[in-house]
Amino acid sequence: MPENNMMLTVSSSPHIRHKDTTAGIMQNVVIALMPALLVACYVFGVKAFAIVAVCVAGCVLTEFAIEKIFKLPVTISDWSAVVTGVLLGFNMPVNAPIWMCLIGSVFAIGIAKMFFGGLGKNFMNPALAGRAFLLASWPTHMTGSAFIPLSDTYTSATPLAILKEGSNLGALPSNLDMFLGLNGVYGSIGEISALALLIGGIYLLVRGIINWRIPTVYLGTVAVISLIFGQDPIFMLCSGGLMLGAFFMATDYVTSPVTPKGQIIYAFGCGLMTMIIRLFGGYPEGVSYSILLMNMAAPLIERYTKPKVYGVAKPKKFGKKDKKEGEGDD
Amino acid sequence: MNIKYLTNGFFKENPIFKLVLGMCPALAVTTAALNGLGMGLSTTAVLICSNVVISLLRKVIPDEIRIPAFIVVIASFVTIVGMVMEAYTPALFATLGIYIPLIVVNCIIMGRAEAFAFNNGVLDSFLDGLGMGLGFTLALTVVGAIREILGSGSIFGISLFGASFEPALIFIMPPGAFLTFGLIMALLNKFEKNRQNKAKLKSASEKDSKANADAAVQEQTGGEAA
Repeated sequence: MPENNMMLTVSSSPHIRHKDTTAGIMQNVVIALMPALLVACYVFGVKAFAIVAVCVAGCVLTEFAIEKIFKLPVTISDWSAVVTGVLLGFNMPVNAPIWMCLIGSVFAIGIAKMFFGGLGKNFMNPALAGRAFLLASWPTHMTGSAFIPLSDTYTSATPLAILKEGSNLGALPSNLDMFLGLNGVYGSIGEISALALLIGGIYLLVRGIINWRIPTVYLGTVAVISLIFGQDPIFMLCSGGLMLGAFFMATDYVTSPVTPKGQIIYAFGCGLMTMIIRLFGGYPEGVSYSILLMNMAAPLIERYTKPKVYGVAKPKKFGKKDKKEGEGDD
Repeated sequence: MNIKYLTNGFFKENPIFKLVLGMCPALAVTTAALNGLGMGLSTTAVLICSNVVISLLRKVIPDEIRIPAFIVVIASFVTIVGMVMEAYTPALFATLGIYIPLIVVNCIIMGRAEAFAFNNGVLDSFLDGLGMGLGFTLALTVVGAIREILGSGSIFGISLFGASFEPALIFIMPPGAFLTFGLIMALLNKFEKNRQNKAKLKSASEKDSKANADAAVQEQTGGEAA
């Protein structure tokens, strides 16, 4: 097709053309993540920027290397590996060793994305898969004091960890500090400032990159469940990786459902899981696991929320007859 | 007697990587190379004995009750192996725990009894049991070794990298088993594909004669495996 523009294009529907490209969308996501990166550099210093840069470089190089080794078309110019790199960097604690960032990048792109067929075929969010791998492999580097810059001897834990331990609730930062991400509010590099992430998220909403359903329902579910269980909803919304997850990771096109009804179910599931882990689970924070779990449920959700096709008879449900035929398979 | 039955289990019909049988113990106990080896060898012992006995009894066991009969035979040998291990390798017995009694329901043993020993002579069944068992042992030891190197920084209990090495704990946890198995299988499938592609490129006459020979072998072994 590109060789000869005079030729008529013959293809099946849809025929609507749009100026959006994968690279354009991904660049917008990177722009939307910049405010949070600036806050991170302000709070954590240049180390935060270095970690994000290493993750981006690691992700892009891994994608390039794998495509070269398997003789596939090189797709690093679509910026998706950059987005994965930034998100992975945002999920790292500031004291993470550099080698860990590289291993996380290789796992995120190599195993969670390329081995499943590359962009559009991965069944879970690569950055979160990388984070889950690192958290399971080197828990001491991913939790507790890993979040606190060495210069700070004043604070000892992230807000959610303080809440989980429940012994020193007086050390909890104020809601305003939580919202701004300042004055001793610590966490992963990219998650500290709810305000910066909100600015980025609204930018994506305005540009039409993401729609309102997943972030709104996700955050709303968390707020409602906090109220039911007597927690401060503002604190719950601004703490941990919730803003980052709701706007930037749960909304990943590839791993979230495409149907509107499905997106609402998916986002509700994310919120529910997050609060179950936060309130009753062993970990202080549950955003990453809840999104990964719902990623895996996304195909099923899509299957049950398929919209009715106009003018087509309702497909018959699998009746008893079909089941009986399948019974011989055992 | 056909020596092919012995070598089949190593690669061509490796129980773990090709037949994908007996995954439960393979995933659960391969946290270290030694555990994999121990599990593999005890399964091999049971597999050889049960194959031989079932082959001997194949004319006596009625078709209708063959599965209960197999289970009685297999369970007897598993009990014997378990008692021997408890007596002579108590540490390994303790590590493998419930997975020793569970050899009774291992798909490979049941599968080989049903697919091979019940239809073949004693010697062939012995070779099949030995080959399949060693193939299983090989697979478990390789997976165990990889998981131990990455997850504990050692192999067969010998430390490899010194104190500064920080092992990736995930590899001695369940996800590590799935990751290791998946990646090894992907690698083997890739090799297999390359081999097939190369074979296709060979000259037509050569291909024809080879295909005939392959088909003959397949008929011999494939029918039973199915």
